[in-house]
Amino acid sequence: MSRKLLLEHINVPGINTLEVYRQKGGYRAVEKALKTLTPEEVVEEVKKSGLRGRGGAGFPTGMKWSFLAKPEGVARYLVCNADESEPGTFKDRYLMTYIPHALIEGMIVSSFALGAKVSYIYVRGEMMPQIRILEKAIAEAKAAGWLGKNILGTGYDLELYVQPGGGAYICGEETALLESLEGKRGNPRIKPPFPAIAGLYGCPTVVNNVESIAAVVPIINDGGDEYAKIGIGRSTGTKLISASGNLVKPGVYEIELGLPVEEFIYSDEYCGGIANGKRLKATVAGGSSVPILPANLTLKYANGEPRLMSYESLAEGGFATGTMLGSGGFIAFDEDQCIVRNTWNFSRFYHHESCGQCSPCREGTGWMEKILHKIEHGHGTMDDVDLLWDVQRKIEGNTICPLGDAAAWPVASAIRHFRDEFEWHIKEPVKSQSQNYGLANYANPIEKAPVTEEK
Amino acid sequence: MLKVEEQTPVTFSSELLAKFDEIKSRYPEGKQKSALLPLLHLVQAEFLWVPTSAMDQVAAYLNIQPIEVYEVATFYTMYFLKPQGKYALEVCRTGPCCLVGAEKILTHLEDKLGVKEGEVTADGLFSFRGVECLAACGFGPVLQISPEYTFYENLTTESVDKLIEDLKNKI
Repeated sequence: MSRKLLLEHINVPGINTLEVYRQKGGYRAVEKALKTLTPEEVVEEVKKSGLRGRGGAGFPTGMKWSFLAKPEGVARYLVCNADESEPGTFKDRYLMTYIPHALIEGMIVSSFALGAKVSYIYVRGEMMPQIRILEKAIAEAKAAGWLGKNILGTGYDLELYVQPGGGAYICGEETALLESLEGKRGNPRIKPPFPAIAGLYGCPTVVNNVESIAAVVPIINDGGDEYAKIGIGRSTGTKLISASGNLVKPGVYEIELGLPVEEFIYSDEYCGGIANGKRLKATVAGGSSVPILPANLTLKYANGEPRLMSYESLAEGGFATGTMLGSGGFIAFDEDQCIVRNTWNFSRFYHHESCGQCSPCREGTGWMEKILHKIEHGHGTMDDVDLLWDVQRKIEGNTICPLGDAAAWPVASAIRHFRDEFEWHIKEPVKSQSQNYGLANYANPIEKAPVTEEK
Repeated sequence: MLKVEEQTPVTFSSELLAKFDEIKSRYPEGKQKSALLPLLHLVQAEFLWVPTSAMDQVAAYLNIQPIEVYEVATFYTMYFLKPQGKYALEVCRTGPCCLVGAEKILTHLEDKLGVKEGEVTADGLFSFRGVECLAACGFGPVLQISPEYTFYENLTTESVDKLIEDLKNKI
């Protein structure tokens, strides 16, 4: 049984209330930080913990904090990124629904460390129930003196507000989020300047993911060194993994980083294997943006060594044979799933969500969607596969924000690993409308499956 | 271009304006424009969509240009720029939900309600549309119903039928 730092008390009845959360040791981190530590010492603990941003990029949180500019007389802000929109990721929704005080406690400690007097939690607009939950929890915390003026008599003031988004994936990108919080369209800003220098209202700002902020609580309670003992190498601590797709037990799991991927998929403690007795065809390990991998490369490196759930291990082999941990959105595809159809679906998503600011992304995502629609519906030609490759290559790296890369990688990796399935759709335009390609050769070491099953 | 529907101008109640005031107080002096997204949500909860006259009044309230409201209302997908059913059903249609049958749910809704995506049923009760990822991939297929955004998980065609019957009987 692995250690649980964030979800330890998830099944305790009433843990969403301040009273029960306190009984389980909640708000100890606030007391410890505000009464016994300086802001610099809190930052130091987070640095020692090795915590890396849980929203997808994996940038060290403590380092991000230490970049924050601190000019005299200028307000500083902490903004929590709760715009969870990456397909395959639903851990933040889970955390906010069941343990809202974990996020609020983390916000208080983190705001103290950064010297923020006003902090915002930017929640995606669709999560109105979670917004109501958070607002209720904030009111509870404020009534009990954990927020507001002179918290715990230490002289530290903090106001915490929840801000709803309007339904736009792009607002998960931190500068787009700040634009949106300022009441504008979510167009990402050109960097530099980074938010640490000029963020919200032009003031120094840190934007952190929900899970990163919640992780600050156990880091302060137990110390950064203790946190860093969990995990493997530079992937320290625990991570929430959102498991979806064709699994026996999809859901949110807290794992110690370094867990073998095979154990995560097949053990009863976690996903319990592939649903309906089917076999695994492919996975997207870190949210829809990261490269899709066939089953064999999901479980093992190209050299046959087992792959682990960590930032480094999932990236082993680069994009040729590896992927990324990303936001921890783990999507499993069984043998009946069509890679072309899924790639088309993801492309439609990115086309829909492109903010339209940069031409390569605005035009390229639409182009990819159209080509994939054509192939999926039996009208593709062999040139289309090469054209698709060409288009994705011209988006990657040529946009202001990473949405362009995020749109290009799923397409590139699908062609890289499943090219024969694309070609089969083109060679068999009629058959491909009623049948699936199945597992085929790339599922090695799993046994080859025949092409059957109605779609 | 913003297509303007035939409409009678709406009026904001004093309760709604009191909520506006509370939200505006959350931001520093001079940064009241930050209240725009939350205010539009309040407008939509009140009128079930965001009429142009409401946008103009929000602009006046926040002391910004109407275009600043239009560009935001048209950018974000949650704001309805034309009237919807009393219950606007939004079904996630992105990858992980499709792996577990979201497309079937959308087709089923079309059959069950007898309208196409984006249209309103004759009784004015229902409209539906497919939306992108709602961040509940492990519990798919999922749908939400605005304006409360109540959430329904692990949908089957049977559970959708029951949901629609329940909503009809609610009146």
